[in-house]
Amino acid sequence: MAQGVWTIAEQRDGELRKVTYEIVSEARRLADALGQEVTVVLLGSNIKDKAAQLGQYGADKVIVADDSRLETYTTDAYVSVISQLVKANDPAILLMGASVQGKDLAGRLSACLGVGMAQDCTAFKIEDGNFVAIRPIYAGKAYAKLMFENSTPRIATARPNVMSISEPMASKSAEVIDATFTLDDSALKTKVVEVIKDEGGKVDLTEADKIVSGGRGMKGPENYKILEDLADMIGASVGASRSAVDAGWRPHTDQVGQTGKVVSPTLYVACGISGAIQHLAGMSTSKVIVAINKDEDAPIFQKADYGVVGDLFDVVPALTEEVKKYL
Amino acid sequence: MNIIVCLKQVPDTESQIKIGSDKKSIVTDDIKWVMNPYDEFGVEEALRMKEKFGGTVTVVGVGPKRVTETIRTALAMGADKGVLVNDDALNGSDSIAIAKALAAAIRPLEYDVIFTGQRGVDDDMGVVGAALAEFLGIPQLSLIIKIEVAEDGKSVKATRPVEGQALIIEAPLPVLITAQKGLNEPRYASLPGIMKAKKKPLEEKTLADLGLNAGEFGSAARKVKVLEITPPPERGGGKIVTGETPQEKAAELAKLLHEEAKVI
Ligand SMILES: Cc1cc2nc3c(=O)[nH]c(=O)nc-3n(C[C@H](O)[C@H](O)[C@H](O)COP(=O)(O)OP(=O)(O)OC[C@H]3O[C@@H](n4cnc5c(N)ncnc54)[C@H](O)[C@@H]3O)c2cc1C
Ligand SMILES: Nc1ncnc2c1ncn2[C@@H]1O[C@H](COP(=O)(O)O)[C@@H](O)[C@H]1O
Repeated sequence: MAQGVWTIAEQRDGELRKVTYEIVSEARRLADALGQEVTVVLLGSNIKDKAAQLGQYGADKVIVADDSRLETYTTDAYVSVISQLVKANDPAILLMGASVQGKDLAGRLSACLGVGMAQDCTAFKIEDGNFVAIRPIYAGKAYAKLMFENSTPRIATARPNVMSISEPMASKSAEVIDATFTLDDSALKTKVVEVIKDEGGKVDLTEADKIVSGGRGMKGPENYKILEDLADMIGASVGASRSAVDAGWRPHTDQVGQTGKVVSPTLYVACGISGAIQHLAGMSTSKVIVAINKDEDAPIFQKADYGVVGDLFDVVPALTEEVKKYL
Repeated sequence: MNIIVCLKQVPDTESQIKIGSDKKSIVTDDIKWVMNPYDEFGVEEALRMKEKFGGTVTVVGVGPKRVTETIRTALAMGADKGVLVNDDALNGSDSIAIAKALAAAIRPLEYDVIFTGQRGVDDDMGVVGAALAEFLGIPQLSLIIKIEVAEDGKSVKATRPVEGQALIIEAPLPVLITAQKGLNEPRYASLPGIMKAKKKPLEEKTLADLGLNAGEFGSAARKVKVLEITPPPERGGGKIVTGETPQEKAAELAKLLHEEAKVI
């Protein structure tokens, strides 16, 4: 019978990404409920020194697939290696972060292995010994609770920023195992030919702990400076509504909503955003929502934990000053 | 260059979602059905490629008869022909089964590029593209915002934003590309386009026509079962921050965020 909770670690430039710690911590909780082991698969190039520390978050074993062709994620190389490891070891559950990489990988892997998959989940449970996944559908307008049929592994991706990271246990380290796999160059069809880093090095919205977002109420691209000042002050990333993006004020990658990014920060500050259903869909899993809007009837206030009725051009700079007291 | 665009019909994003009495499905009575917004980007990009390189654009949808409308919309935008896979046995199929049906419909066609949307705005899975590429044995490039076809027409370079960076990925044709917002601005169907679309070929196929076994489709064949659909957790009824001036309100908000919400 299939055994064990597996997770795929995510690294970039040899550093583990935050979502890796989230899913390893979650895998530990699930494995404890099942009485099974947690195994992490770590793919990359010269990455082995990062493996043992995953034990601090609950990994029993880390299987390291080290190969220069695994340095940067490509679907074909990663699917090839992971499917070989899965077939050889028969894990019961396979978790990944619902990052750009994880979602791409999980989709192809599930088709390749012929197993069920649940994308972008916000909670996992073990109920009567069964693995159950909960995920938003219709961009959060409803939630579906899912159970898997007998095919294993049961694949699921976890929305970044939702699952909590366990307190690391300094004394624990994981057993590190070298992966056995073959990688055939002729099967590797896609190649990353260039990596373009975003300017400013801001945390991506999907991973940001805090977001300050501006909509049509910002009136023009030049006014985002006041949001950036607030964001810099509290360590936030800046997002936008579709109206602001379509007006050309902000890049497409900044759009939050049903046809943009789905975000789950601890704090979401919506400035001059009315709260259209498509926008709310993308940020409703934020832990604390603040709305700053001059229209007291704006729908955003129905979702906000804290609302300020007022002109954002007065309130936002004042807020930037006021938060200083607490930093 | 022959291009295929997969079209999913989804509830309009304005739709309120009502949960059915079985608590396992949604009520579809009042829903207005539209083309998945991400598929519009696929159709647009396909039309631009055709304008540049020649060839045909074929759109393929799997679903009930109403999907014909979405196919006609794409034909009105300028696609050349449509295929609808419609079979009662498909009801309740999961993403993998849909991808199987699409693969069977697409396999006999000639194609250099296949487009799907990066995800359906209904169940938000974003799996059909990857699964279809797997079944056809071709590479996939997901979440693409820019595509450059090589001079010799044998490969593409595509731009894919990932958290905090963008990757330029090269792949040989044929390739499957999942479209992301930013790829282009989809055109609207023109009136003459709508008239012309009525005469464009639209084939309808059943699973048997595609040589598929109905037993592998539908709810019974799902690998993931819905136990329950629930409304989102209640939120709101929050506090309106008080104060005479913007400064007072800002001070009060900062205090609440620090002391009560503990996020600052
Ligand atoms: C298929 C489809 C998909 C969509 N997907 C998305 C999506 O992913 N994300 C998204 O955001 N939208 C999306 N939309 C668009 C959505 O329907 C709304 O049009 C959009 O969210 C509105 O943006 P907004 O709130 O910035 O602008 P508006 O609705 O115009 O609101 C502006 C707000 O600013 C306030 N305001 C103005 N001036 C000030 C001031 N000085 N101080 C304080 N407040 C001020 C106003 O009171 C108003 O509430 C989609 C629409 C469709 C049809
Ligand atoms: N029933 C379908 N018919 C045709 N294409 C589909 C269908 N379902 C999904 N797709 C394609 O796959 C994309 C992603 O859908 P999904 O994997 O369901 O989120 C859509 O944007 C479509 O391009």
